[in-house]
Amino acid sequence: MSEVIKIRKGLDIKLKGRADKIFMKAPGSATYAVKPVDFPSLTPKIVAKPCEEVRAGSVIFYDKYRPEIKFTSPVSGIVKSILRGERRRIISVVIEADGKDAAENFKKGDPASMSREEVVENLLESGLWPVIKQRPYGVIASPADKPKAIFISGFDTAPLAPDYDFIMKDQEQDFQAGIDALRRLTEGKIHLGLDARYPAAKAYTQAKHVERHYFSGPHPTGNVGIQIHKIDPINKGEIVWTVKPQDVAAIGRLFQTGKYDPSMIVALNGSEVKKPVYYKLLRGAEISSITKDNLSGDHVRMISGNVLTGRKVEEDGHIGFSDAQVTVIPEGDYYEMFGWIMPGLKKFSVSRTFLSWITPNRQYALDTNLHGGERAFVMTGEYEKVLPMDIYPVALLKSILVDDIDKMEQLGIYEVIEEDLALCEFVCTSKTPVQSILRKGLTDLRKEME
Amino acid sequence: MNALRRTIDKIKPHVEKGGKFHFLKSTFEGFETFLFVPNTVTTTGSHIRDAFDMKRAMITVVIAMVPALLFGMWNTGYHHFLALGQEAAFWETFWFGFLRVLPIIVVSYAVGLGIEFVFAQIRDHEINEGFLVSGMLIPLVMPVDVPLWMVAVATAFAVIIGKEVFGGTGMNILNPALTARAFLFFAYPTKMSGDRIWIAGMDKGMETVDGFSGSTILAQAAQGKETFVNGVGEAYTAWDKFLGIIPGSIGETSTLAILIGALILIVTGVGSWKIILSTFAGGAAMGLLINAFGGNVLLEMPFWEHLIVGGFAFGAVFMATDPVSGSQTEKGKWIYGFLIGVLAILIRVFNPGYPEGMMLAILLMNVFAPLIDHYILEGNIRRRLKRAKAQA
Repeated sequence: MSEVIKIRKGLDIKLKGRADKIFMKAPGSATYAVKPVDFPSLTPKIVAKPCEEVRAGSVIFYDKYRPEIKFTSPVSGIVKSILRGERRRIISVVIEADGKDAAENFKKGDPASMSREEVVENLLESGLWPVIKQRPYGVIASPADKPKAIFISGFDTAPLAPDYDFIMKDQEQDFQAGIDALRRLTEGKIHLGLDARYPAAKAYTQAKHVERHYFSGPHPTGNVGIQIHKIDPINKGEIVWTVKPQDVAAIGRLFQTGKYDPSMIVALNGSEVKKPVYYKLLRGAEISSITKDNLSGDHVRMISGNVLTGRKVEEDGHIGFSDAQVTVIPEGDYYEMFGWIMPGLKKFSVSRTFLSWITPNRQYALDTNLHGGERAFVMTGEYEKVLPMDIYPVALLKSILVDDIDKMEQLGIYEVIEEDLALCEFVCTSKTPVQSILRKGLTDLRKEME
Repeated sequence: MNALRRTIDKIKPHVEKGGKFHFLKSTFEGFETFLFVPNTVTTTGSHIRDAFDMKRAMITVVIAMVPALLFGMWNTGYHHFLALGQEAAFWETFWFGFLRVLPIIVVSYAVGLGIEFVFAQIRDHEINEGFLVSGMLIPLVMPVDVPLWMVAVATAFAVIIGKEVFGGTGMNILNPALTARAFLFFAYPTKMSGDRIWIAGMDKGMETVDGFSGSTILAQAAQGKETFVNGVGEAYTAWDKFLGIIPGSIGETSTLAILIGALILIVTGVGSWKIILSTFAGGAAMGLLINAFGGNVLLEMPFWEHLIVGGFAFGAVFMATDPVSGSQTEKGKWIYGFLIGVLAILIRVFNPGYPEGMMLAILLMNVFAPLIDHYILEGNIRRRLKRAKAQA
């Protein structure tokens, strides 16, 4: 094994309800959804009309400002409804599955023998292009860009994160084909970040044409942003792309079969889940297809993704496009008398102001209570302890709050997206909405640049 | 508990917008959140949050000050009875001090929180907890004989001019409690320094035993006295100074009690150990330097003695660590603390006008803290630029 990059800063939040390493086939979902809200800064232009018949791989909508980027249906069926939110913003397009396997045909073949244009086009047409994200901004990559490098984090350290070494089992071939396709997209390297603490999946260790990097440390070590920062940080004007492991395999399957295969493995976990296990399902499946009759509480929050960065999903909602985990935790809308002075044996805090610090290995069933009101920045040094980057997060956030674009750039906004600062938000005494401030900064900056 | 909750829920609509008592909304909220941690749930970003909030942070600091406060009460009684030449039992001593100190605390909190409530309402904000700490710090840095109206005026000055005009807690440049003390120090110097104000009752014309002097160690040192003695002429031992059985502001005398507070702040992670340590290091370094030269009593006072007399320890632990007015970068904290230590001793030794330099040293460094942070951030920006150039 090559040199291990050790990361000290960060925080592992130990939650109850980790998924057992068992695969279950999810009962079929009646409907599937493609959700524009899964992609930051996306303005969709709808193609599919209600009641229209679609096949797996048929275009549902595309990016209004980059029409070549298409989003396709995961299944064959009919478009059931288009849900809109405030100001008629499209929340999701719901497709009712008909159980047939009618699918669009895309190009099949060895990506290694295809040109860059062919690979790009195949990804765009199939609707798999949106799995490729770009830094800066954390938005869908632009096909015309030539990224400096492509980064894949082979593991996840977030609370209750799925074990990718388990998920990627038996996906060696798909993963390699995906890597081969990605190789056509960049003249730089493909970096694969691996967890040095555990033996990595064969798909990772046998992969060719990637540069492996080993990391060890608490969350957010598994975040690709942290890994980029340690391997080859992003400078102003540079672009790198990132892809998640399961999405790499999905790309591989596209080139091997010529079909859009939306299969995903999703870990269902959290303190409110009766039997936390891994499910095999399709992208955009109903969340209830795995949570039904499997929850111990009824006043819960269902999250597509992890508790730090995931998105809240209603009972009749659908799992997010690239999410490899669903977490269910209790809602926290209760009052707590004199909570600010109670000893707090069951409260989790990075500060040692709660007695729970004497039991460091305890697992918690944390709920969604904010635990206090929002305040101005007062405490210092909190964020720095959970951000293993050479970045001053409070200064960066303040530059966003005062709309100082130059300062944001100078302080390194290019290097981070929401997930990298999610722990800062978790520990914040002032309950500052760190992630939404950062997204505002990224959006403003992107507007300024275009 | 449920009955209380029900009552609150019943009152709540009246203070909401449009309600008859809307002008009391912030005040109501302040009390409500004091009784109950609110039922607010996360809506954006992270779904779970650390259980730690501003109330708990501030209360932790207040708890850390309790040892110094309790000792200060006892010490007030001790010196009072010493001046009278009377023997008093422990509880009698403490009780006397308690009754003397309590009104100062009450006035400080009443005036400060009153102003906070008004400003919170004007701004339509929740009440900020910052004053919970300032309200306790102010009495602890007062001489016990300070007139209550002065406490009130100083508190009002500190909260309005020191904090609210900048936008409230989190936005202020100077430490509010020190602003209050500095205000009195310059506006009413005779009530804030001298030999009489440190002993309860003495400034108000209490009869003392013959020849009793209430001067502090630093005052005696400034006058060039070789040995420091208490009011009745007995020499202080090093233990007296460390334990705090010496005259001084209410909470500043006992280094031991202050260190217990420091321990609480450091263990809980609420106070920055970097600032505390570097302030003491700066003081010790400067102390060693002046010891090397010598020349007068203050210059020759051993460096460690400088750290346990006067307001040095109290300032280092409770004032310099104020996260808002101090340096906000981790590297900056080392520089900030060290310079406070150096400046405090420097002012103490070389400025004949002020027998104690801690207050001015911290206020001065409060002003310079943003500059320190600026250079730390510039360093970060330069590193990033250099990296970009190396790539290109």
